[in-house]
This record gives sequence, structure tokens and C-alpha cells, in this order.
Amino acid sequence: MSEQSAAGADGSGRPSGRLLEVDDLRVEFRTRDGVAKVINGVTYHVDAGETLAVLGESGSGKSVTAQTIMGILDTPPGFVTGGQVRFHGKDMLKMSSEQRRRIRGEGIAMIFQDSLSALNPVFTVGFQIAEQFRIRRGMSRSDAKKRAVEMLDQVKIPNAKGRYSNYPHQFSGGMRQRAMIAMSLALDPEVLIADEPTTALDVTVQAQIMDLLGELQRERQMGMILITHDLGVVADVADRIAVMYAGRIVEEADVYDLYAKPAHPYTLGLLNSIPRMDEKGQELRTIKGLPPNLMNIPPGCPFNPRCPMAQPVCREKVPPLLQIGSARASACHFAEELVNRD
Amino acid sequence: MTENIIEVRDLVKHYPVTRGIVFKKTIGQVKAVDGVSFELKAGETLGVVGESGCGKSTLARVLMNLERPTSGQVLYKGQDISKLSGGALRRLRRQIQLVMQDPYTSLNPRMTVGDLIGEPFEIHPEVAPRGSRRGKVKELLDLVGLNPEHINRYPHQFSGGQRQRIGIARALALRPEIIVCDEPVSALDVSIQAQVMNLLEKLQAEFGLSYVFIAHDLSVVRHLSDRVAVMYLGKMVEIGTEDEIYERPTHPYTQALLSAVPVPDPTLRDNKAIIRLTGDVPSPVSPPSGCRFRTRCWKAQDVCAQEVPLLQIRRGSDHPSACHFAERREIVPTHEAA
Repeated sequence: MSEQSAAGADGSGRPSGRLLEVDDLRVEFRTRDGVAKVINGVTYHVDAGETLAVLGESGSGKSVTAQTIMGILDTPPGFVTGGQVRFHGKDMLKMSSEQRRRIRGEGIAMIFQDSLSALNPVFTVGFQIAEQFRIRRGMSRSDAKKRAVEMLDQVKIPNAKGRYSNYPHQFSGGMRQRAMIAMSLALDPEVLIADEPTTALDVTVQAQIMDLLGELQRERQMGMILITHDLGVVADVADRIAVMYAGRIVEEADVYDLYAKPAHPYTLGLLNSIPRMDEKGQELRTIKGLPPNLMNIPPGCPFNPRCPMAQPVCREKVPPLLQIGSARASACHFAEELVNRD
Repeated sequence: MTENIIEVRDLVKHYPVTRGIVFKKTIGQVKAVDGVSFELKAGETLGVVGESGCGKSTLARVLMNLERPTSGQVLYKGQDISKLSGGALRRLRRQIQLVMQDPYTSLNPRMTVGDLIGEPFEIHPEVAPRGSRRGKVKELLDLVGLNPEHINRYPHQFSGGQRQRIGIARALALRPEIIVCDEPVSALDVSIQAQVMNLLEKLQAEFGLSYVFIAHDLSVVRHLSDRVAVMYLGKMVEIGTEDEIYERPTHPYTQALLSAVPVPDPTLRDNKAIIRLTGDVPSPVSPPSGCRFRTRCWKAQDVCAQEVPLLQIRRGSDHPSACHFAERREIVPTHEAA
């Protein structure tokens, strides 16, 4: 069954015009206990200069999609069982590992949530950045060092020259995240995947890092995929949002449309269940129940056991991600009703 | 309902920094909590917010009497808990319970849910005689929204949100008066977080509990708290009712903290003034002189380096603030304003 993103069509009808496209991607994890279907037909794309936020709770498959794009999925247990990941129109899943390596860093780069474990503790921060210039650009040691200091300066690390020879543990959490941004941007990638870049940080530092990312993205006209579970961060920076649930995109829309009128009951539930600082509400309206076990996803719509709107059809037919209106899509049998209510 | 159930007076907790193995030498003090005073009234929720390293978890440990304070007092109904020992301490512990942050490490993986929740009864057999314990545990499971038939399961068979419910059931077992919640929902997903918050509210209404609710998420704290205290580097910088702190904050740190919270509404994106703090929190080993926030504060003057600002009610404000230049400023965007 095809779950083509209708929202992505955009009238152009020219699939190769996209910078990065994930098309009907399917990934499963084969474990001792059984096969977990982690990604079940994910389709999204990102263009130069735009920010796509991929929103979802733990286990929704948002990070696994990113790992598959980067080619860093642990195999085994993870296996890609279908779909394509196209960068400039070419399917990366069919490339040799040498070709993929060339794209990593220069084409697509990634920053991770936990900067302490993503950086190598036995090399200095500066060395880890300079290494890329030496190996990928063939620079001399001293030139590479000069460029690395420039990068540290660009991510606003004070006293970049002095900090070059510090080890990761000598940096604070916010500074480490800056160093990681410097490292991922060193080779001027066209797409940056940021996997929960601020989740481990305090709010005041989070604001600094999100500002920095936004600024660098504008300067370089990068495409950015921001993976997060934080509906607040998303509202501040995203252009488009793809909401994931149980390895599927359940809704995709422009950021303003999505918050104003969610077209999927899961999105609506998420928005209702966050405590808001600007509205002291009474009881939070929660989504009942738990996310499904990926080894045993319920038949029909994966959200149906938790959905307040579920009808018999939801237990039988998987709703495809269909376009509604001009630039949004929802995978709900009753999306029209949701959008058109009151 | 205005009775003070806990009073904290000038609480200080320092941890020594040592060097050497055989000849240990103290070379400094981590000033985790440095002179904090507040009270908790019966039946209320006091939220404590602050960034990592501000001393909020140390405060929880001292309140639980897991750490003895360096100086100062924690009074439970007028009785200094750090002076208690033996039976008196055990009786006190019945009244103050803790819910921890990480539901994965705070439950012993080798114990069944029944044993975990029933363990408090082993220590305090007067609460539930031996024969009635299983029944009590089942009641507790039901109370926190878990299936009582799962009493023989192990923690790994539950999801994060369910484990946190087990932690809450364990804290409730002895029918305490006070529950200290140290980041109880920060490890949970949004949809699960809301379920646990609703549960905490329901239990408070049902049993008249008092909560000390420690969290870094300001929206969560606002949702649950009656009063809120803001901490920075071991000091309390502002305290007031939920309304006073969120609608009329006067301390620059509170203002910066509130302005940095992302609001889940894209239409407010452009008309939101974020106060950008530069740099990181200084080390609690050698905090700045005078006001601890001055190194990151845009209002800092010479006096801030010399004089420690006291937490007191200042001109033009209705609640205590520890800033020489406290003034009101509108931070939290409301829908009417947008």
C-alpha cells in the first residue's frame, strides 16, 4: 500500500528537484523476541533553507529514520526493508559505502542529543574538528587548526583559540553542543539533521543553541531536519512539521496550520496534553493508554486504541496519508471532519 | 489551611572538595545550597524551579533527611528533623516521602511490584499488619491507575509512565503528609507526562497531601504549583504565588528563565521578546561575590558585586525578590496580547 506524501507534491511534480527525500521508507529490527516494525512507510522531504520538524514520542521512529538517512543504522538488528532515501534525486540506499561516506559531512551532517557521548573523550575538541579538514580537504595541520579555530569562533565559543586544545569534559553542556555544531558544519553540509539538539540542556542555554542553529542555517541556506518531542521548540523554529506515530507520518502540515487546526487526533491530543505557561488550565486532557508495542502494532490505524474518535473502520483499514486542502496531509479517516469542525 | 507543615530556616549544605588519598585535604566547598529559607503549608504545592546545578535536588535530599545540613534547620511541625535519630526519625520518615526522577533506576529490578510497594510496610509494620499487606498493595495499584492483577510483575514489564506510577504508589503506601517530587515527569513523554500530572493532582485532592515539586520545566511547575520558588546557584532568588512569579516576576533571572521557555504557539514567534543570557552558570565552588547572578545579568552594577541582595519584598512588588534592582516586567505572553 502506498502512503505517498500528498503534501510534498507542491504542484511541481518533479521528484528530483528535492534536496533530500525519504520515500516510503520501511525499517525493522530483528531481535530475539521478534520483529519490531519500527518504520512503516515514512515519506518526507526537506529543501534548501527550510526547517522540517519531525515530532514524535519515544519509539515513534523519528531517530531511526534519521539514522537510516545518515547510514548509521546498526545492522543487525536494524534492516531497511523498503523505500528510498534520495539526496539530489539519487537513492543513497543503493550507493556503495564509499559514496555514502562522501555525502556524510559534506552533503548531510548530523548533531546528536548527548554531546558528551558523541564526542571522543580522548581527543581535544579542536583536534576532532581539524581532523575533518585534514582528511577530507587535505589541509596541513596548521591550516586545519586555523580553520577549526574559525569554526569554534563561528559557533560563538569564547576564546576559541584557547579552547581548541580542551577536552570535551572541560566544556559545559551548552559549549559541548556548540562544539558539536561546529564539527557537523565544518564541511559545509547542505542538510543538517539535528536529533534532539537541546533536550539535555537548560532552558536559557536551549534558547542560545536554537538561536545559533537558526542563524547558521540562514547564513548557509541549509535544509534542516529537527527531530524533537518538544512542541514548544517546534513552534519557535519549524517551517513544516511531520508528526510521527508508531513508525508512520500521521500528519504533515505548515507549522501555523498544525497548531491552529490539527488534522489528526494524535496531534490534537498532544497539543491538549502539554501544560501551557500562558494558560493556567485545570485538568490536562490526556491521551489515554500507551503507544503500541512495535512488535504487535494493532490492525487498522495504529492510533485507534487510544483515539477518542475511533470508529469500526479505524480498526480495519490503515488510513493512508492523504492530502487535505492545499499544503497539508493527514493519515486519519476523519481528517476532514477534524479540520472543518467549529 | 495556613498551618506551616515544614519550615526551612537558613539552610546551608556544602560538600567538601578534597585532594589527596592518604592525606586528605579540603581545598574547597561546593556550595550546593547556601542559605535558603521558605515554608510549606499543609495541602499546598510548592514548586521549586531552577537550572541544573542550582541545588534543587540537594534541597530535596536535605528535606528527606538523606543528607544532614551543614547549618540551618528544617522544621517539621516545629521539630528540627536533622536532630532526630532512631525511632523518632523513623516515625518522621513515614510523613515525608520521595518520588524520584528516573523510573528506570529507582526501582529494584529484582523485586516484584508487590514487593516494591509493600516494602515500606516492612519498615513500618504498624501501618499494615502482615496479613493485610497484599490487599493494601492492590488498593494502591488501583489508586495510581495500574491493574491490581499485575502485582507479581517486575519493573521491566512496565513502561516509563507506569513505572513512575509504581514509584508514586510506593511513596503513598505509608499515607504521608508530604511528598517531595524530584523531577517526577521529566523523563516521560508528553502524553504520559500529562497522565502522571493529573494523577498527582487527583491524589493531592484525595489525601490532602502537601507537595514540594521540584522541576526544571516551568510550564509543568506552573500547572501544578500554588507557590513557586526560583533557585539560582544555591540561593533562592524569588518566591511567590504562581501568579506573582509568572505574571509579575521582578528578579532578572526569573524574567530571563520565563522568556526562554518555548511557547507552543507559532503565532507568538515574532512578538516574543527573549531575554538572552550569555554564558553558563558559574561553578558553585567559587560563586561570584555579592549577587550570584551578576555575571550574567544585564542590570549588574557595582553594588551587585559587593552586597548580597536579600530575599525580601521590594518597592513596587508584592512578593520577595533577591535583586537590588527588582522591577516588574511582563514576560509570559498571553493570548489576549497576541
